[in-house]
Amino acid sequence: MPAPEASVSSPAPSGDPPVPPRQHVPTRLELFLGFAKIAVCGFGGVLAWSRRIIVQERGWLTPEEFNEQLALCQVLPGGNILNFSVMFGCRCAGVLGSLAALFGLIGPPMVLMIVAGVLYRHYGELPMLRGVFASLAAAAAGLLIATSLQMIVATVKDRLRPGHLVAAVTFVAAGVLRLPLLWVMAALIPVSVGLAWWERR
Amino acid sequence: MSDDSDVYVALLSTFALCSVIAVGGATSAVPEMHRQVVDVHHWIGDRTFSELFAIAQTAPGPNVVFVTLLGHNIAGIPGALVAMFAMCAPSSAIAYCAARVVDRFRHARWRIVLQAGLVPVTIGLIAASALIVARAADRGAATFLITAASFALCYWTRVTPLVALGLAALLGLTGVV
Repeated sequence: MPAPEASVSSPAPSGDPPVPPRQHVPTRLELFLGFAKIAVCGFGGVLAWSRRIIVQERGWLTPEEFNEQLALCQVLPGGNILNFSVMFGCRCAGVLGSLAALFGLIGPPMVLMIVAGVLYRHYGELPMLRGVFASLAAAAAGLLIATSLQMIVATVKDRLRPGHLVAAVTFVAAGVLRLPLLWVMAALIPVSVGLAWWERR
Repeated sequence: MSDDSDVYVALLSTFALCSVIAVGGATSAVPEMHRQVVDVHHWIGDRTFSELFAIAQTAPGPNVVFVTLLGHNIAGIPGALVAMFAMCAPSSAIAYCAARVVDRFRHARWRIVLQAGLVPVTIGLIAASALIVARAADRGAATFLITAASFALCYWTRVTPLVALGLAALLGLTGVV
């Protein structure tokens, strides 16, 4: 689940940032295998596993570098770890590095999903399995409600801020009124970013 | 044949749009995915949408692979590949370009402000996704109770969500739902 990482707002370094100790720069094959391992191990969220493998196991980045690169990914559209794989792959080995990391990350789960999709199409309507899928769907809904409530609670620790109103309007527009999301985003993102800027003037 | 290519073109445009509006991750685009594949194109029904979403939750890997499953159910393996390509290519192209220029702006104020502004939108979208999936999964009292129990387990305990999904699947086998 894309729980927002604690924002990385370390103070700007004065002058040139210190040169990090030379770490191992992965090859394309290592990128593919490393991100494939993240994908295959990453049950219930790949973020924790990507930190573990990239920082602790392989030593490709320091914890600070990892947070910095992840922070950039969080302001871009698309999955955070997906963006991370593209950016990190690019920095290590150019465009082929990006592709190697990206396909490592999405390739194995895609194969798994296609197998699951074939099975669902063939056997999904069996009376014996109807209850299983209905229950599974209900449980997945409960999981997503828990995720969203955790995200909300994490932001309401202090007083209410304009951001809470933005979140509420987004919820109503996308979830209740079912408006086309492109319009919702085009209207709300400038407002929300403007409010964030105004709060930090 | 033209019908087939119509589906692929529609999948391509639907998920390319979802790719660029998925702030905070693929789950943020679930409201738009549901609107397009269920309400606009009538490719699949509410029930199938919620069940495919659940299957994707049981699998390892990034949340975005839900799109593979959607695409597969709509138009087979080519559909899965087209939908996944459309979902990944635009955002990855943006990330690739960002990787080439963004090093100089690591601690930049604009990034911090932009992120602070995107978080509320992401939270609203995840909550909207939860509402849509919960409504689609609702098949009466039994499913409602399972949703509530799964919520309680995931919210108040630190067990992996797979426990909630696994218990629900077992319960489903017994035929109470």
